[in-house]
Amino acid sequence: MDFRDSPEEAAFRARLRTWLADQAGKFPTSGDEYWARQGEWHQALYSAGFFGLSWPKKYGGQDLPPVFDVILDEELAVAGCPPRPSLGYLVVGLGHHASDELCERFLPGMIDGTERWCQGFSEPGAGSDLASLTTTATRDGDEYVIHGHKVWTSYSDVADWCLLLARTDPDAPRHRGISAFIVSMHQDGIEQRPLKMISGVTKEFGQVLFDGARVPASRMVGAPGEGWRVAMTVVGHEREPSTLGFAARYGKLVRQLAKRVDGPPPQDLAWAAVQSEMLRLHVRRRLSEQLDGVSHGSEGSLDKLLMTWVDQSVGHAALAVAGSRDEELLGSYMYSRAQSVMGGTSQIQKNIIASRILGLGV
Amino acid sequence: MDVRLTIEQQQLRDAAAKLADDLGARSVSDLDDAARRARLEKTVASTGWRSLRSDGASGVEVAIVAEEFGRGLVDVPFFGPVLADDLHRHFSDDQPTCAIAVGADAFDAHGLDRVLVLRDRTVSTAAVGEPAPGADLTRSFATFVEPDETLGELSAENADRAHALTLVVTCADLVGVSRGAQAVAVDYAKIREQYGNTIGSYQAVAHMLAESEALIEGSISVLRHAAWAVDELTPEDAIRAARIAKIYTARAARTVCETAVQVHGGIGNTWECIEHVYLRRALTSTELFPVSLEEIDLGLS
Repeated sequence: MDFRDSPEEAAFRARLRTWLADQAGKFPTSGDEYWARQGEWHQALYSAGFFGLSWPKKYGGQDLPPVFDVILDEELAVAGCPPRPSLGYLVVGLGHHASDELCERFLPGMIDGTERWCQGFSEPGAGSDLASLTTTATRDGDEYVIHGHKVWTSYSDVADWCLLLARTDPDAPRHRGISAFIVSMHQDGIEQRPLKMISGVTKEFGQVLFDGARVPASRMVGAPGEGWRVAMTVVGHEREPSTLGFAARYGKLVRQLAKRVDGPPPQDLAWAAVQSEMLRLHVRRRLSEQLDGVSHGSEGSLDKLLMTWVDQSVGHAALAVAGSRDEELLGSYMYSRAQSVMGGTSQIQKNIIASRILGLGV
Repeated sequence: MDVRLTIEQQQLRDAAAKLADDLGARSVSDLDDAARRARLEKTVASTGWRSLRSDGASGVEVAIVAEEFGRGLVDVPFFGPVLADDLHRHFSDDQPTCAIAVGADAFDAHGLDRVLVLRDRTVSTAAVGEPAPGADLTRSFATFVEPDETLGELSAENADRAHALTLVVTCADLVGVSRGAQAVAVDYAKIREQYGNTIGSYQAVAHMLAESEALIEGSISVLRHAAWAVDELTPEDAIRAARIAKIYTARAARTVCETAVQVHGGIGNTWECIEHVYLRRALTSTELFPVSLEEIDLGLS
């Protein structure tokens, strides 16, 4: 057992630090400015050899163990650089379910950042109850025609492609009538509407209206009716702190807050320090378990719940230290409220833990 | 980085778990079963786990046994003897089974006549006196008179590592107690019915138990690191890791045990329900060498 870097990990960390020393301050780390230049940041990371570390070599990754992603996250936070763009769940989703042809066509551009993606899952009437979605894809020759309304679509305004869930068989039982598609965002029949969040951010989330947009039948991910399984793979990985790369940012924010404190730190801040350290160590334990080939299903819900508690305790620490009149820290507090909703609400995570891990028959 | 338990550590965990499952207190009436407790005492003594440190074991291995003994409500001394052995080993090859002094009291003194005392860095021994009050029904306090035998002085490093190990063993007990209390509560929620359904099928109950499960997972992770840190990091960092673990596991254990009592409803508030035995043990392990939020390093050093 060793929590320290192996020689290979230490060498990678040193190489990364050298590169990052030149990057600090070049890219904005939060707010709309971050989202506006996220694509550029993604490509800078990739071309320096520091993105897509744990993904398959044949698609542009490096086939390294996932611990290298965590080293990257830690060093990005320490260096004052923006976080690693969160794409792991889409890479895993396509990797598990899409044909080789689709993987070869789409994964390299997703990983190197030359093509940007969004995820069209949630709808105004289908949030936690995702299987009630009503967006339809109707076969028309070699194509499907899409009608419907998606919401909470991250990065929809800059996306080139959308991984879309739509109902292809209205007569099938509701979980089995859904299929997943790779839809071009550059076409008539798609309308974007930005959503302004309570943090004031306007560039992260959008609504997307599909009115006759088209997608070739060959761009279905998996078989007809397999959309629900695709969605479960994606959201399962969307819940893992190690995939998301957020864990290292909490410790960093705690240290920044601590520097502003004059006198004894507020209890909220000390508790946030304990919680963020817990998450850092928890991610290490989970990654180590993956070395045994344990792939995380419902355990992701435990991790998401822990991450949410950490995120929101850091938000409370920000309030305790700076009050509500510091614009940036208020933004990070407001953003923390979304953590218990995005990627499945905390209530949904608790349902999953109760039914699948504890066997309570919820 | 690889923080998995080794094969040998997994075997130690399985052996400790089996011993605790076979002979620990499974019900409140078990606590009064002198024959069971005598068998437990004989078995624990025969494992040699009370002298893990003088046998060269790491903090991780001590924590593994302490966690399983907390989970299985082992009600013969382990905490006291294993920590006393950690101090005693620096002065003698002979390893007597002793209680450990906590402030003015001897702790984990059941059936023992000597207590090891650490004051500043001086290690001495004293005679165990009369039973003293305490919430724990599985481990007991006693008075002791002034030390009558001085063993010697610890180096600063050994004293700090001993302090880190002491905190870690309290954390391990808290994690074990949390797991034990949660297991009983989850089982009960699957059989107790109200309004025609098991109470665990209602979100109000299920979500509390789900939160407990997440707290236990976080607790396991902080404990793993702190136990490893005892021998592998600088003494200062080992203590820092142990304090983080103590704050987290103590908060988690109280919530988990209180939830376990609540899930049992009226039964949970009766003496015969085992959950208060876990809760009492958790309160005791929290108060043994307590850590406050004011002691937490905010990472600026």
